Amino acid sequence: MILSALIFILAAGGLLSWAAERWRLGSAKWVALATVGIELVLTIWLWLQSASAMALPAHGGWLAEIRAEWIPRFGVSFHLAMDGISLILVVLTAFLGMVSVACSWTEIQERAGFFYFNLLWTLAGAVGVFLALDLFLFFFFWELMLVPMYFMIAIWGHEKRQYASIKFFIFTEGSGLFMLVAILALVFVHYRSTGVLTFDYFELLNTAMSPSTELWIMLGFFIAFAVKTPIVPFHTWLPDAHTEAPTAGSVILAGVLLKTGAYGLLRFVVPLFPEAAGYFAPVAMALGATGVLYGAFLAFAQTDFKRLVAYTSVSHLGFAVLGIFAWNPWSLGGAVMQMIAHGISTGALFVIAGILQERTHTRDMRRFGGLWSVMPRLAAMGLFFAIAALGLPGMGNFVGEFLVLMGLSRASSVLASVAAVAFVASVVYALALVQKIFHGENTHGWQLHDLSGREMATLYSMAAITLWLGLYPQPVLDTAPGIANRPPAIAVAHREGSAE
Amino acid sequence: MNLVPSALHSNLMVLSPLILLAGSAVVVMLAAAFYRHPRPVMMLTLAGLVLSFASLFLSQGVGSRQVTALLVLDHYALFFIGLIVAATFVVAVLCYRYFGGDESRHEALYILLLLAALGGGVLVASSHFASFLLGLELLSISLFALIAYPRFTERPLEAGIKYLILAGFSSGLLLFGMALVYAQLGTMQFAKIGTMLAAPDQVLELYGLAGLALIVTGVGFKLALVPFHMWTPDVYEGAPAPITAFIATVSKGAMLALLLRYFLVAGAYQSQPITLALSLVAVMTILVGNLLALLQDNVKRILAYSSIAQLGYLLVGFLAYGGLAIEAVAYYLTAYFVTMLGAFGVVTVLSGGLNDGSDGVAERDSDRLADYAGLFWHKPWLAGVFTAMLLSLAGIPLTMGFIGKFYVLVAGVEASLWMPVIALVIGSAIGLFYYLRIIAVMCAPGSKATTGQIIRPVASPSLAESVTLAALTLLLIWLGIDPAQLIDVLGATVVQLT
Repeated sequence: MILSALIFILAAGGLLSWAAERWRLGSAKWVALATVGIELVLTIWLWLQSASAMALPAHGGWLAEIRAEWIPRFGVSFHLAMDGISLILVVLTAFLGMVSVACSWTEIQERAGFFYFNLLWTLAGAVGVFLALDLFLFFFFWELMLVPMYFMIAIWGHEKRQYASIKFFIFTEGSGLFMLVAILALVFVHYRSTGVLTFDYFELLNTAMSPSTELWIMLGFFIAFAVKTPIVPFHTWLPDAHTEAPTAGSVILAGVLLKTGAYGLLRFVVPLFPEAAGYFAPVAMALGATGVLYGAFLAFAQTDFKRLVAYTSVSHLGFAVLGIFAWNPWSLGGAVMQMIAHGISTGALFVIAGILQERTHTRDMRRFGGLWSVMPRLAAMGLFFAIAALGLPGMGNFVGEFLVLMGLSRASSVLASVAAVAFVASVVYALALVQKIFHGENTHGWQLHDLSGREMATLYSMAAITLWLGLYPQPVLDTAPGIANRPPAIAVAHREGSAE
Repeated sequence: MNLVPSALHSNLMVLSPLILLAGSAVVVMLAAAFYRHPRPVMMLTLAGLVLSFASLFLSQGVGSRQVTALLVLDHYALFFIGLIVAATFVVAVLCYRYFGGDESRHEALYILLLLAALGGGVLVASSHFASFLLGLELLSISLFALIAYPRFTERPLEAGIKYLILAGFSSGLLLFGMALVYAQLGTMQFAKIGTMLAAPDQVLELYGLAGLALIVTGVGFKLALVPFHMWTPDVYEGAPAPITAFIATVSKGAMLALLLRYFLVAGAYQSQPITLALSLVAVMTILVGNLLALLQDNVKRILAYSSIAQLGYLLVGFLAYGGLAIEAVAYYLTAYFVTMLGAFGVVTVLSGGLNDGSDGVAERDSDRLADYAGLFWHKPWLAGVFTAMLLSLAGIPLTMGFIGKFYVLVAGVEASLWMPVIALVIGSAIGLFYYLRIIAVMCAPGSKATTGQIIRPVASPSLAESVTLAALTLLLIWLGIDPAQLIDVLGATVVQLT
């Protein structure tokens, strides 16, 4: 019940804020804020509840579940369930929803009602993706969240918004259709062996397949998640979409939408196809490691602030992919940690870029310089999140990357050492960012306001969470990697597969 | 002897939807002859359509039966007759203001519409080559006149003539094909053909195969499958917008329903070469339709190519044959009807129609992309309806198009038609581009930026049009979220045919 409420609140809030704006100008953002506020309180309450529920092994790791018939003809049901990993991602979604409403507060002036409608519906779709345990329902939400995101980029984006939004939509939707075909293939393989037509996750979990069928079906899933995560070479939509989106759009894209891809790998690809994932793992890990390095190097070459941050996402999510396919408790914990920490730190960098753009109307780093003297508070925050992104110990990202590397070194020490090179590259781009924007002489003569109270509250809370994740990550690790230990059969099969 | 009158009675009962359509055409014609005012004529037309729709339930109560050798009114036929009648109702509503409302004399249009609907109804119920041809000609001949109805303007006349030549040509091919099949098997009844071919050592010989190929070609022209699609964009662009909606839905839907019945009942699906050819046609139709749509700047032409591609998607479901295929085709067609009617409905509503000039001459429909710039901001509801329709064509969740595409993919994957399924996926990805292009134009900053130019006065929709479009949109979303009820209805149609 509570799970459908989580989706329904956001959807209803979206409609309400659209209606509110027609009724009275400027009221949409308050409605939106209240909606994400309620959502955040609910999810945190769930988390506190779960702390006790988790301790019970009889519970099977699932905190809440709801199931209702939807399209009986195909065995499709409205089946939502929440375990630790979905809980954490939903909390992240709600928090970043709050952040994105706050950072759009003054940026979005035109058609604000429709904007907040789209924002909240994207969040609703993402929450649906994190909770759905029926493959049809999952695909439904997966596609659903794209449309409002498309509108956010296409209407409120920057200069090249048409190009970026259409590219984003075609990449994600097209790859999604491959996943739909793969879902159907899986369902029919299951139907032929058991005579039961169902899209339910649990029933499809142990479908018997021939190895080649399994590999093909897995690839269908993998391509959709690889585009979304993104894994090199499917990442080309990402720099455009992140750069052209309005600030809130970038925050949601980086913080939430990319996580749906990694979540899909974690929830569906490996558990549904343990064998195939086993012998595909070296390829996937190689792609992940490539992404880590490639993203870091390209980030260094950018002059556009948001584009730079976008490429760092490619690099950071590469770690998550490495962690998922290494598939042991350390690496999985690290992957989840990396997803959360990246969501917060990259989101914060986008917020900073948005603040700068709102004041200077440019994102070109060559036109900045010496902003520390003008906006000390913003500059301090910029430094903070830049070093968070480079993985300084004490911040969340470090914990994630460290755990991934620790787990990865058990699976492949070569890849682990390759990925470790990224630590050097990330120091270079992060410090270059700080250097170009905040240090040096204020040669362009910028005279800007420093952070307002609203902006400070947003950034400080994000900084606090990053520190908390870095200094005391245990609550997240306790909640999340239940998934790694729970189905031991999968892990065993996987290890055998990768040993061959 | 006692049985005859009661059999006749129940035959008439079963036939009542078609009889009522024919009857209302006559009544409307008489009414128009004595009292030439469009409003009562249109009201009579609508009443006839409603009556015909209501009698479907009567007919369904009697149970499905063969009426003479020509027609069979099973659930399958009744479902599609219902769809055709409903679509005609929508088109009739859309025509009224477009063709000049009360001030113009366009009563003959409604007679033609009713006759065309009758033709479509006969097509979907036919179980014999003779009724097939009768229905087809009834539909086509009404359509020539409908397309060229604004007879003082160039475009519709050109489109009408193109359609005339094409329809004549395809009817010729069909007739020749039927003759060849008859030459081998000696029967024109679908069911008999089917039983003859089901015999162990009986297969189509060269004659019969060539006949079947010609029939498929003839139907292919009507369905605008690649490579028989050349006429579609020109006719769609030239025809008046509501009539375009009619061609896109009723004419194509009826043909496809008939073809499916022929394939299943007459056993044509057993023919390997024809199935192979049709899967190639499906792949080509999807790819060519979508690729050519990318090059267009005219909304009616984009929708024309999009409808070509949609027919390709339908063929993927069609080729699965069997129960799931019928359900998939029926669901997708329903979605396609709703969507196309909605999309062309928006084009109609935005067009000035025939009351622009005093002499009854329309300049053109509002069909250029530029006409839609900023529609989101000055006509949000219309733009919302159009967006919903386009997203449905693209197969995005919350719309019928999504469930339809899902259904077709289910049928395709179940039958392991990998090539067409992959083509469908790639085609859909390409298709997104031109649908999004229209949406992007509508979202663009309004036409206030181009104050230098003369902005076409955008017509405002009448109440009836608004209600119709709103109803279509609600239907689109309702059946997109909760398709279970429609699926139950479709389940009943399948039982009878297989």
